[in-house]
Amino acid sequence: MRYLPHTDHTRRAMLDTIGVASIDDLFEQAGAPLQQPPTSLPPHKSEMEVEQHLSALSGLNRAAGDGAFFVGCGAYRHHVPASVDHLIQRSEFLTSYTPYQPEISQGTLQYLFEFQTQVANLLGSEIANASLYDGSTGCGEAVLMAHRITRRKKALLSGNLHPHYAGVVKTLSHMSSFLVDQSEVVPGQAATADLIAKIDDETSCVVVQTPDVFGSLYDLREIADAAQAKGALLIAVVTEVVSLGAIQAPGDMGADIVIAEGQSIGNGLNFGGPYLGLFACRQKYVRQMPGRVCGETIDADGKRGFVLTLSTREQHIRREKATSNICTNSGLCCLAFSIHMTLLGELGLKKLAKLNHSKAVQLSKALSEIEGVEVLNQSFFNEFTVRLNKPAEPIVERLAEKNILAGVPASRLWPDQKPLDNLLMLAATETVSDAHIEELCTGLKEVLDA
Amino acid sequence: MLNNKGRVTRPQESTENLAEPQESYSGHKGLLMNEPLLFEVGGLDKTGVDLPEYVETETLLGGLERKDEIGLPGLSEPEAVRHYVRLSQQNYAIDSGFYPLGSCTMKHNPRLNEKMARLPGFTDIHPLQPQSSVQGALQLMDELSHWLLELTGMDSIALSPKAGAHGELCGMMAIKAALEAANSSRNIVLVPESAHGTNPATAAQLGFKVASIPADADGTVRASAVQTAIEENGAETIAGIMLTNPNTCGLFEREIKAIADAVHDAGGYFYCDGANFNAIMGRVRPGDLGVDAMHFNLHKTFSTPHGGGGPGSGPVVLSERLSAFAPLPFLQKSDDGLTLVEDLDDGESDSPSDAQPFGRLTAFHGQMGMYVRALSYILSHGLDGLAQASGDAVLNANYIRTCLKDLLNQPFGDQACMHEVLFDESSLADSGVTTLDIAKRLIDEGFHPMTIYFPLVCKGAMLIEPTESESQTSIDLFVETLTSLIKEALAGENEEAFHQAPVHTPRRRLDETAAARKPILRYESSSD
Amino acid sequence: MTKTYYSPSHEYVSVEDGVATIGITTYAQSQLGDIVFVELPETGRGFKRGDEAAVVESVKAASEVYTPVTGETTEMNEELAANPGLANDDPEGQGWFFKQTIIQEDELTKLMDRAQYDAFVKENR
Repeated sequence: MRYLPHTDHTRRAMLDTIGVASIDDLFEQAGAPLQQPPTSLPPHKSEMEVEQHLSALSGLNRAAGDGAFFVGCGAYRHHVPASVDHLIQRSEFLTSYTPYQPEISQGTLQYLFEFQTQVANLLGSEIANASLYDGSTGCGEAVLMAHRITRRKKALLSGNLHPHYAGVVKTLSHMSSFLVDQSEVVPGQAATADLIAKIDDETSCVVVQTPDVFGSLYDLREIADAAQAKGALLIAVVTEVVSLGAIQAPGDMGADIVIAEGQSIGNGLNFGGPYLGLFACRQKYVRQMPGRVCGETIDADGKRGFVLTLSTREQHIRREKATSNICTNSGLCCLAFSIHMTLLGELGLKKLAKLNHSKAVQLSKALSEIEGVEVLNQSFFNEFTVRLNKPAEPIVERLAEKNILAGVPASRLWPDQKPLDNLLMLAATETVSDAHIEELCTGLKEVLDA
Repeated sequence: MLNNKGRVTRPQESTENLAEPQESYSGHKGLLMNEPLLFEVGGLDKTGVDLPEYVETETLLGGLERKDEIGLPGLSEPEAVRHYVRLSQQNYAIDSGFYPLGSCTMKHNPRLNEKMARLPGFTDIHPLQPQSSVQGALQLMDELSHWLLELTGMDSIALSPKAGAHGELCGMMAIKAALEAANSSRNIVLVPESAHGTNPATAAQLGFKVASIPADADGTVRASAVQTAIEENGAETIAGIMLTNPNTCGLFEREIKAIADAVHDAGGYFYCDGANFNAIMGRVRPGDLGVDAMHFNLHKTFSTPHGGGGPGSGPVVLSERLSAFAPLPFLQKSDDGLTLVEDLDDGESDSPSDAQPFGRLTAFHGQMGMYVRALSYILSHGLDGLAQASGDAVLNANYIRTCLKDLLNQPFGDQACMHEVLFDESSLADSGVTTLDIAKRLIDEGFHPMTIYFPLVCKGAMLIEPTESESQTSIDLFVETLTSLIKEALAGENEEAFHQAPVHTPRRRLDETAAARKPILRYESSSD
Repeated sequence: MTKTYYSPSHEYVSVEDGVATIGITTYAQSQLGDIVFVELPETGRGFKRGDEAAVVESVKAASEVYTPVTGETTEMNEELAANPGLANDDPEGQGWFFKQTIIQEDELTKLMDRAQYDAFVKENR
């Protein structure tokens, strides 16, 4: 076995030192009941055989890069510079643990500190933590945090929040006996009237996604004022952080807590994970914030250094009184985010955002010229919703057969809401070419006409 | 003609003794580079990417254009590469040395796993593209599920939890859902004192009341203690128990079956924290011990690296009693291939009729990138390799125990351990040297310290987990070094060297008190 | 004239003119280590004996502070909130946590005096 350094000779020598006859005897002495191993599992394989097997499985999937691709709704395909993946694979980043010994973990700690600053600036908030699992779990944690701060029990979700995010909040809330209310779904519009009307004295927080799951953009100030007037917090959710190179940051528009899915920067689609939960809030809530956080300090020689701090909030000290049961962050995904963001810089991010918006506007213009296709959005960043003249899901399937991945049919996210069946959400990032747009339009015409 | 290009090519002998190397002018020390913060070296007018030009179109941003400065400095590619390479050089890593961090399973990370996870068919697929276009990914998830179920002897699996603690949450939610389905108001969860902090935190988050169970003098939980706790609280109140096995002291819970029986007889469920599965994989099946739910830490046991603290992955296996309550999404096989069931309200008739998923834990399907790495690791080892790996892990821990048992005290007596061995600082009591000092001196000796001050059940815990990846030579050097340090401490001649350590590191001991009293969590330019 | 009482959970109560000043003992602060944060009750909050009234945190530990007597908070130590190290440097002086009224005088008799408390600490060390 290529990963095990011992030979039978060294095993024998070590067993002799311990004074037992075999490894099995050690298990027996330790009280572990050895059992017949299950027989259906195969023996070890060579590196080449494993590679062949997994490559064959990989080959059964249609990769985004294999052709026209317009799928978004919470995960976005962007180009990641080659140096990002090279750097995160450096041994000292890839194969280290949580920085519990700061003297020999300054590399990880410094990039976390830089990451926290980048995230706080990007989201327009005062402070950020060192990341959570992903945007959706971050959303759930933000709601629990708002309940702790306001000592209230009811979250109010925008109807246009990604249904999977809403699902995570509902699961957590149900399990912890908290309440959830939700405003109506309004595809293609930044409608806030119903949401604002539903805020009452029991509302702990209002959760609004921008751009929302249909792509619409929100001026959050009105909602922030309405929420704060009732003593509730505004939680803003961003699933496409590249948008923040073009539009105003939620924190700057009055959001108390901003959570985001950071996958777009530095991280691949990966079929849904690992992703990166960005979490930012006002300074005054720092002790109610979940997750790891890195802080600046000095060492015994007076030199600047970094440590994990405020850990009394966390489970390993607070146990059942912790702010959250979370133990890990998304270390390597943070690093990928931070490196990509450093390579982009403000200049690059703003240009990348323009490029995305420009592609999406081009796509919307091209689609709106097709009969049977209506673009619903008045505003959007790189993703918008169209209404087709027939159910979208079969159309998407037929286009997939033509090697065109056209987007997400709303029925995939709302399987039980018939009125949404004809809606299709499409995203256009910088990776979309003019030829892809043409291919999609031609294919869509054919399929709609068929 | 004389060639005058010759020069001295060996070190000059010197009679002067430079005890302390001087501080350098540059701030660097040979190979060790000091690196300023990104915000001190980057520029708002700099970038390390060349993007294609965009077509000018109308702007449809709803009047929300961002006009202010964001505050994101950039670097050119060579500067960025240097920044991050220099940062990396300030980290210790399993690739560079022995990392015996107890309860963390710092084993070798095969590079084949990284290569496989980067295949475009895995890394470049979207969680919401048509399922017909991702059958290979679903097959991979199914194959990994098969391995994890066979290795544990359990009935079903929830892959989506994103880390160990998330897996705990998932398993305890399944238990809560099962109790709700039975209209039960059971609300007490038994947790041993030695448990990892995530256990009580998870139970409390779900509204359970935590009742602590003491360990016996041998460091494990007696079934009779569990029985007593059940009787004290009333059997009808017991929701379940959360037990780590092997436990956080590196010991196998000898009475685990009797404990499971006691909890089951009371009507409760048995959650097993599988953080230490590396000790028993391929040898002991938790399902045979009466476990109802157990999470894996794929990043520990199956080496999908730790990455400086994540991303993790925490799939949960469930017993037949809990299977119906597994969260969304879950895999389902049919003649057309594999389906990922994302919702039960979709009117599809082929969903199993008894499924009562408790909901959704995360937006998509979990940590695909970690599934690929874990399966690559598992296939490489095969059943024989996994059993050999757990065997070697246990061998290495017991070897260390044997070598150090005369110098360091084991809080629960000298007994065979599993994959990690626990010592306390009592034998150092009169030396003025603490566990922390030993750890910091180990850093100067080129080792990552063991886990210290965890578990909380003894004073000055030192929890050593060598894993199967270490050779005897590597372990011997560690043992010899630690032995010398302890002897030095006991001799009492050099106490100050312990308190001052480490000195050969990029930074010396850091002031955690100052960091917590006045938290500085982000960069602010001093000119502000 | 000030009289000080001690609780088994290591709080002290100094009583002067019917007002109780509550904080953590010298022994308690030594066990917590460097104190980095305290959370104090706002004025006007009512507590029953044994209620959790404040939180004290060091880098590696956190503890709840329980009020040993029933009453209403009249003042919190703003200086301590700004400078938590006072609870280390002068726990039974400038490092007090909060003041409250005393509603049931007889609760004080259930607490320990200095000598009893010292013996209690010695026994439990």
